[in-house]
Amino acid sequence: MSEHIVSLKIYVSIFLALLVGTALTVWAGLHDFPGQLNVIIALTIAVVKATLVVLYFMHVRYSSRLIWVVFTSALFWLAILFALTLNDYWTRSWL
Amino acid sequence: MADSVAIEHEGSHPALQHHFENLEQQREAGTLGMWVFLVTEIMFFGGMFFAYTLYRTKYPAAFASASNHLSLTLGAVNTAVLIFSSFTMALAVYSAQTGKRRNQVVCLALTILLGLTFLGIKAVEYHDKYVDHLIPGRLLPSRPFDASDVHLLPGAAPQNVEMFYWIYFAMTGMHAVHMIIGVGLLSVILFFAWRGRYGPEYHNPVEISGLYWHFVDIIWIFLFPLLYLLGRHLEH
Amino acid sequence: MKAIETFQLPTAAKVNYINAEYGLKSWLLTKDHKRIALLYLGSISFFFFLGGLYAMFIRLELLTPQGDLLSSATYNKVFTQHGIIMVFFFLIPSIPATLGNFLVPMMIGAKDLAFPRINLLSWYIYLLGGFITIYALLAGGVDTGWTFYAPYSTTFSNSYVIAAGLGIFVSGFSSILTGLNFIVTIHTMRAPGMTWFRLPLFIWSHYATSLVMVLGTPVIAITILLLAFERLAHVGIFDPAAGGDPVLFQHLFWFYSHPAVYIMVLPSMGVVSELIANFSRKNIFGYKFVAFSSLAIAVFGFLVWGHHLFVASQSVYAGMIFSFLSFAVAIPSAIKVFNWTATLYKGSISYDTPMLYALGFIGLFTIGGMTGLFLASIAIDVHVSDTYFIVAHFHYIMVGGALFGYLGGLHYWWPKISGRMYPEGWGRFSALVIYVGFNLTFLPQFVAGYLGMPRRYHAYPPEFQVFNVLSSAGASILGFGLLIPAIYLVWSMRYGKHAEANPWHLPGLEWRTASPPPTENFLVTPVVTWEAYEFAPPEETRVVGFGDEGLEAADISKP
Ligand SMILES: [Cu+2]
Repeated sequence: MSEHIVSLKIYVSIFLALLVGTALTVWAGLHDFPGQLNVIIALTIAVVKATLVVLYFMHVRYSSRLIWVVFTSALFWLAILFALTLNDYWTRSWL
Repeated sequence: MADSVAIEHEGSHPALQHHFENLEQQREAGTLGMWVFLVTEIMFFGGMFFAYTLYRTKYPAAFASASNHLSLTLGAVNTAVLIFSSFTMALAVYSAQTGKRRNQVVCLALTILLGLTFLGIKAVEYHDKYVDHLIPGRLLPSRPFDASDVHLLPGAAPQNVEMFYWIYFAMTGMHAVHMIIGVGLLSVILFFAWRGRYGPEYHNPVEISGLYWHFVDIIWIFLFPLLYLLGRHLEH
Repeated sequence: MKAIETFQLPTAAKVNYINAEYGLKSWLLTKDHKRIALLYLGSISFFFFLGGLYAMFIRLELLTPQGDLLSSATYNKVFTQHGIIMVFFFLIPSIPATLGNFLVPMMIGAKDLAFPRINLLSWYIYLLGGFITIYALLAGGVDTGWTFYAPYSTTFSNSYVIAAGLGIFVSGFSSILTGLNFIVTIHTMRAPGMTWFRLPLFIWSHYATSLVMVLGTPVIAITILLLAFERLAHVGIFDPAAGGDPVLFQHLFWFYSHPAVYIMVLPSMGVVSELIANFSRKNIFGYKFVAFSSLAIAVFGFLVWGHHLFVASQSVYAGMIFSFLSFAVAIPSAIKVFNWTATLYKGSISYDTPMLYALGFIGLFTIGGMTGLFLASIAIDVHVSDTYFIVAHFHYIMVGGALFGYLGGLHYWWPKISGRMYPEGWGRFSALVIYVGFNLTFLPQFVAGYLGMPRRYHAYPPEFQVFNVLSSAGASILGFGLLIPAIYLVWSMRYGKHAEANPWHLPGLEWRTASPPPTENFLVTPVVTWEAYEFAPPEETRVVGFGDEGLEAADISKP
């Protein structure tokens, strides 16, 4: 079987990183940053955490290219949904 | 070519299904199938995430006020609980891969327990909302929505506070449904793991149930900051 | 003499998937993709008939300008239910769940789909969705139009919106599971030697269809769920009175429902690619272009939904972008039409029934597609929005496209599915009747719509009567034409001429096993050594059996 077994050390460090990320996001949420920075920070941390889960807990880092394609295609289609719909809402006031 | 007929499956692994050539092909199909399913899940939740984005940009003050009324402590604890369950799930897969049956059973049981803990805390939160008259719409005719418990930031209309709460209930509710399905799934896996079905050679069911569990965790990783943390910095 | 190698043992061929097991239980609990295909065939035929009945009432009502047969409330329900049943319970599962289910594993040399149990589950889910919808119809019906636009559907309609929505929600999962199964099967279960570019174009188009099913259907699922939630709880999701946004409903709805048109038409294009190449006995012109244009349609199909919102307060800039993208999606469709035409050129064409449907498809689909370009132009769309022009346009795509491909494919593979030949004379006759009836029904609607006749009213100004009489006359011819194959196909299951394993003398894998095939399709795992559509002239083609035996010995058709 061409299966890669992720080491325990990696699992533990990802777990700790996720906990740190959670603490960080709570801290950042209570702190008032200028402008839209609060949302940006919160989403950045969430994306990093999700990426860690996908790459290590879900083994995508060690999976075939096909799995990569499948996963990124979902993100791509989600981006289509958001981009083309917001393209309506955000340009309504233009005229 | 004729020699390969009919003897194909002789001596093969008992878990090999008749229409696959070998376990490797079966594993590939199972994993790909789960990933494609997760793609549909991403699109499913995507519709709600979009509705959230739209209305949050439309009614920022009301959304911030409503969000501040949620319990940050319970939300944060639940996030940690779910991350911990993802960790034990990953360890369960690891134990299956390395052939440690006892560890596998313990990790799966822990994962289920943590999942139930999450659901329990969620139930407490839902009950708090019920007590505060924050169940949106006419779902409970005898207990209509009433935003008077929510501290309104400047520019927040009570009607739009209600919109936050339907989004909150729709998204966390859908997430909880997925958790319940996950707990059910893992209970089946736990049963077979206890019976010793999964080992280094064959553990695809553990693996793909894990994929599902981690995915549900990821949804929460986004829900937590988006629902609980969007207006705390505006208070005081 | 060119030999077509087959992959079955002569000795076992008397047992096929139909007679392998008997009894109702063996059908209801089957995991064989071929039997599940037949289960689907039976159920979608029922819904097609039901949807056709509603169509009949619509055409009867519109025979006269006065609203004399049905009250306006009843008429609203009739066209809504016609749409819901035809779209969600016939067109979307039509080719993928029947022909696709039957042929995808066979064409790639697999024993079954990757997940046979999930395949059976998808049929039960489809049935459950169907029952819920039938409940909605019997309880009192729905009157929102098949599009369920909010806030009418969420706040004002007094009909069974939630039940009908739930039926669609449930049946959506059956199409998600079918798509998932196809994607995994095509990726992981191809026979040795069956490379991606040796796949029949039917497989490519089903792969593209599955992508649309998997990526689009969840969005309509959540949309319907939110709609039901709003209707139950009266919260402001889509209702502007409560702070919601009705255009959001339209965005989410059409994010799925425009691509859903490609769920209907892509499989049909796959069938037509097979038919055109095989009945011209020529390799398809530009195989890779036809294959990739399917994928291009699946992707581009998701970028154009806003053309349904040109008159729905969508921003002008979004309108322009959606208009441009809608023009762009015509390119891959046009590539297919040109390549089919080029394939016909200097081919040795035989005008059997399936080919008549394929040729009909090309013409009708072109008309449907070209009028689609009219609608993609904002200025014309504003003029013809919600008129019969739209109705005619999408019927040319859905009936002239999807239905013609379905009927063509059903005839073409009927010998493989049933082991019997259909009566060729009746086949050709009914294909012509359907073609004439279809055009007579829907061509006048283009004119009436362009002149301003709105859709979804049971009464209309008398100057439109001539078009409506023509249309109703056409509809009765169309209905009559559709009854003919319904009768002779059933008749042929018992009385038809026994079919050979390879009645059309073609190289595809599905023709290299018995008709009907054995339970696991091939008795040895096929090894593919040829390209798709590798033809020799028919008189030089000889079918040889697996091993030393000739196919004759293996032919179960000889009692
Ligand atoms: Cu469209």
